[in-house]
This record gives sequence, C-alpha cells and structure tokens, in this order.
Amino acid sequence: MTADRTVRVVVAKPGLDGHDRGAKIVARSLRDAGFEVIYTGLHQTPEQIVATAVQEDADAIGLSVLSGAHNYLFTRVLELLREKDAADIVVFGGGIIPPEDVTALKAMGVKEIFTPGASTQEIVRFVREHIRAAA
Amino acid sequence: MSERERWRRETYESFTRGAPERPVPFESLSGLPVEPLYTPENLREWSHDEKLGYPGEYPFTRGVYPTMYRGRVWTMRMFAGFGRPEDTNARFKYLLAQGQTGLSTAFDMPALMGYDADHPRARGEVGREGVSISTLDDFERLFDGIPLGDVTTSMTINCTASIALAMYLAVAEKQGVAWSRLGGTMQNDMLKEFIAQKEWICPPEPAVRIVTDMIEFTSTQVPRFNPVSISGYHIREAGSTAVQELAFTLADGLAYVEAALARGLDVDSFAPRLSFFFDIHNDFFEEIAKLRAARRVWARFMKERYGAKKPESMRLRTHTQTAGVSATAQQPLNNIARVAIQALAAVLGGAQSLHTNSYDETWALPTEEAVTVALRTQQILAEETGVALTVDPLGGSYFLETLTDQMEGATLEYIRKIDAMGGMIRAIDAGYPQKEIADAAYRYQLMDDRGEKVVVGVNKYVMTETRPIAYLRIDEAVELEQIDRVRRFKASRDIAKVERRLKQLADACREARNVMPILIEAVKDYASLGEISDVYRQVFGLYREPIIF
Repeated sequence: MTADRTVRVVVAKPGLDGHDRGAKIVARSLRDAGFEVIYTGLHQTPEQIVATAVQEDADAIGLSVLSGAHNYLFTRVLELLREKDAADIVVFGGGIIPPEDVTALKAMGVKEIFTPGASTQEIVRFVREHIRAAA
Repeated sequence: MSERERWRRETYESFTRGAPERPVPFESLSGLPVEPLYTPENLREWSHDEKLGYPGEYPFTRGVYPTMYRGRVWTMRMFAGFGRPEDTNARFKYLLAQGQTGLSTAFDMPALMGYDADHPRARGEVGREGVSISTLDDFERLFDGIPLGDVTTSMTINCTASIALAMYLAVAEKQGVAWSRLGGTMQNDMLKEFIAQKEWICPPEPAVRIVTDMIEFTSTQVPRFNPVSISGYHIREAGSTAVQELAFTLADGLAYVEAALARGLDVDSFAPRLSFFFDIHNDFFEEIAKLRAARRVWARFMKERYGAKKPESMRLRTHTQTAGVSATAQQPLNNIARVAIQALAAVLGGAQSLHTNSYDETWALPTEEAVTVALRTQQILAEETGVALTVDPLGGSYFLETLTDQMEGATLEYIRKIDAMGGMIRAIDAGYPQKEIADAAYRYQLMDDRGEKVVVGVNKYVMTETRPIAYLRIDEAVELEQIDRVRRFKASRDIAKVERRLKQLADACREARNVMPILIEAVKDYASLGEISDVYRQVFGLYREPIIF
C-alpha cells in the first residue's frame, strides 16, 4: 500500500438524529489536517452512506450517532460494506455510546469509537496512524 | 482623572508589576472582555429606571413577575421519555411522586421526524432517545392516569408538533378535561430546527405556516397553552456563543410575530403565549446577563416595533436547561457540580422553569438515580440556599449590568444584520446563522483542544482510570414489541375513515386553511403520525439543507 493520494474520509450522520456539531467539527478538523473529506449531511440511511463511500472510493467512514441507535446503524454499515465487497473501508465513529457498546462494536469490526470529550487532535492522529489510501 | 483610573495606576498597576495576573484570557465564553474591576463609572450613562425598572413592569429586566420566586418557585420540569409509552408513563409518575411540578416529554427520533415505529427508517431508533409514538393509542398510554387539567406538560417536538398537539387535545377530551383548562408548551420552533437541531419535514415557509396555524388555533381554543417555545437551547448546543444564541432566538421570535401579524392576528391576542427556552452554560455571569438582556430586548421590540399594548405581550417567559454540551464523559460525577452551578445561574437569571441534566447523559439516557440527583439539585437551590428569597438579587451589580448591556448591544447588532437580509427565513436560506454557529463551534473546540479553555477532567486534572457508572439500557426487545403493537393496531383501524381524514387534511394544507381542526379529527380516527407526516411531505415537499461545515 502506497500513499499515492490523500486519504479520503466520508463523514456521515446515519439515522434520523440531527446532532451535527461533532460531525461537522470532525469533518473540518480532518480537512484542515490535509485529508480529503466528504460530509454526507444529515439523515442518511446506511445504504446511502455505503453507496457514497464506494462511489467516492473512500478509505474510511466516520459515523456520528447521538441518538442511541448506534448498535443498529454501525452494524448495518459493516454488513453492507461486506456485501459490497468493500470491507477494506475502515469504519470509525463517535457519539453518546456507552463503554459496553464500544467494546461490542469494536469486536464487530469498528476500528475506533470516540466519546464526548475526545479532542480533534486524537481523531486526526487516529486517521493518520490507522488509515492508508488505497493504491 | 477618575477615581477608578487613579486606582488602576496607583494601586493595581504597581501591584501587578510585582505580582502579575494569571496568564489566562480574561474574557467571557462569548469572547467579551472582562475587566479587573467594575465600578459606578462603568454605569455612567446607565439609567436605573430605563434599563432596569421594576419586576413585573416594562422592560422586565429584573423579572417578569412582581414577586418572582417569593410567589412561586420556578417549575421543576425534568425532560423524560424512552421506550414504550408505558415506560415513560411510569417515569412521569415517579417524577411527580418525587415533587416535580410539571411534565416534559422527550419523543424518539422517528416521532420527531414524522415516521411511525413500523417504518423502515425507524429501525434502531424506536424508543431510544425518547418515547415511541405512532398513534393516539400510544398517546393515551403515555398520559394514562395523569390528570391533564392539573399538570402542565411540555413537549419537545417540532415538525410533528401539530400532530402531538392534536393528540394531546384528543386525550384531554377523553379524560373529560376542557381545553380551556389545559396548560403546557409545545416546542414547535421550526426556525431553530433549520438553524440547529435539524429535525424537519418540509421547507421553512410551509413549516412556519403550520406553526402559525397552531398559534392562531390555541389563541382562541386552548388559551392557557404555549403554542411555541422559541428555543436558543439547540442553537447553543450546536456550538454557538451566548450572544449568538440570544440573537438568533430573538430573531426567530420576531419572525413568528411577523408571520402571525401577516395572518391578520392582533399582536396582543397571541404574544402573551409565546414562550422561550434558553441554554445555561458554564459562564455564570454571562448566562445571567443573557436572560436579563433577553427580557429587555424582547419587551422593547414588542412594544416599540409591534405596538403591543398588554404588558403580558412584552413579557419574555422562559424555560431553561443546563448545558448538555458542557457535560463530559470523563469523570462523570463532575457533571453534578457543573449542573448545580448552571442551575444557580438560571435561577439568578429569573427563569420560569428549569431542567437540570443528569450526570450520566454523556453515556446514555439518565437512570432514575441520576435524574433524582438532578431534581434534588433544584430542590436544594429552592429550599436550602436562600437564593429564592428576593427578586433579582444581583440587580445593580456593576459587572452584571455592564455585561447585560453588552449582551444587548451585540444582540441588536445581529438582529440588524438579519433584518437587512430580509428576516430570519431569508437568513436561513442563505445559510447565515448555520455558518456563524459552525464557525463558533469549531473555534471553541480548537480552544478546548489547545487547553486554552480548561475542561476539568478532560484537558486538565486528567485521570486515566475512572470508576464506571451505571447507565440506562433499553432492551432491543422494546423496539420489536412496539413495532409489532403499532402494526397490529394500525391493522385494526377503519382504514376508509383514516383515508378520508388524510384527504381532508391534504385539502386544508393546499387551501391554506388552518390544519388544526381537521388534524384533531384525524388523530381521533387514529390516523398515525407517520401518515399525517406523509401528507405534509406530499403537499409541501421535503426540505434539503445546504451542507455547511
């Protein structure tokens, strides 16, 4: 894997939840850190998010969920990525997510979960260290 | 040379040469500079009668009622809702038994966005962030055994607020409670949805038209009900400063007044029932100043711009809530201290009602234990501390009065800008408040990340291991059970009747007739929230937001 091009991240708000302060801040921090960022906007279905990621040839998807629907929505995105043969796209995320669910989601394949209080530096560092642009 | 200037040179500066002040920015959370000392000189141009007046009188800076908390303490109104209607009904009854004095309903995301529990878009969200509601059957379970004539109920719901109001009125009718006795509040502030909370169905103009229908309908039919709670809370939580929160909220309020006047209503017929909702964040004095400035600015606009005659039309009554955004997931018990201080600011700012957040809300919806601590915090304030004994105890403080004037000035500047754009709907179309908030949120986050704003337990006094706290779990089975019940219930309805009602509603929407009377008939025939929202979608079209980050 060579970093021929910039890492491309889709930042997405799945489900019906409209809390977008975090997603927008993360999108902007990643952009300012030099990554290519596609922000989907609100109220996206898992199908729409995966379609965007595949179409845009994304290296990672960052999901933001503050409505408590994280278990369903994260799992569904992982499932759809596998179905589309795109499981190499790294999924990470954040929101109001209790520790037990963080552990379970990580076991299922979510790479990292950030909770309230996480800094943008931490998130940028994570993307820098764990996500590589597909050749 | 003034005395203050003399003090600055002779005493302060010679002192700070030897003992410098701390190297931190001396400014409020909104970025207003804070001086080392405030004296009567800061208030040289200031007039007691013009700026403050007396409580219960124009311009209401010191409070909307003459006796304030000496007459009745603020309403302790804890926001609650999760799971099935019967789960929330049990929490309501628990809170009332603990001495809470009003109800406040949290709905789940599907209900807030106009989907029934059995809609595919509701999957994973049913009963998660609030109570699941699809039909009047659910609403009846939600308020089962709660005397609607005695308890006031606030409902945090916006693009589907007209449907919730119709259901509430139908339940009251079934309980035999006259609408004239019903007190409560619908949030129903669509403008701030487009600006901040982002729950919507149709675009701003039809959305405001439905809000206006509700203002018009309640002004004659449900006269004790507040049809809209003009909300800064979500604007602030989305990352705005206190000044932006105040300015955009008041500008939203002015837009509703304009819409109701354009409908031909007399300002004094509806303005007394407009209510407000503000966030109370960490900056203690700035938050108090914000509420005081809010009252003064609103009173002036109502009197001077709209010619209101009744004092009630000029009174800005407000609910408040401690700042969710200030809570941290790290060392969660620290949130109890934050909430207590924010609650004190709300009370010193003269709020009419207050919700105190629970310390565990950065993890999940609150447990009964966490909610109880939050409610007890209010009871301690009201009954142990003495802060409720006199009206506006901080009035006349050189610092606070200066800050109140500064908040007022900065707010008026924003309102002038929005007026120049043609009002709030145009400003929203142009993405103006959205962009202002996104920028402020980003600036704040960077200050936080760089440690320029201390967040205890997060960027200072960090502990690696903290004790886990218990938090509320909502079983997946709740969702499946609710979906199943809604499906079965919908199948049992007289579907021809439902369809006839939906058709009548679509006609009322198209013909610009007030939707409330037909909505009430529709929900009584068990037309569902999702079906009614579909009518809105078909007639008015879907809103698509400009993507700004």
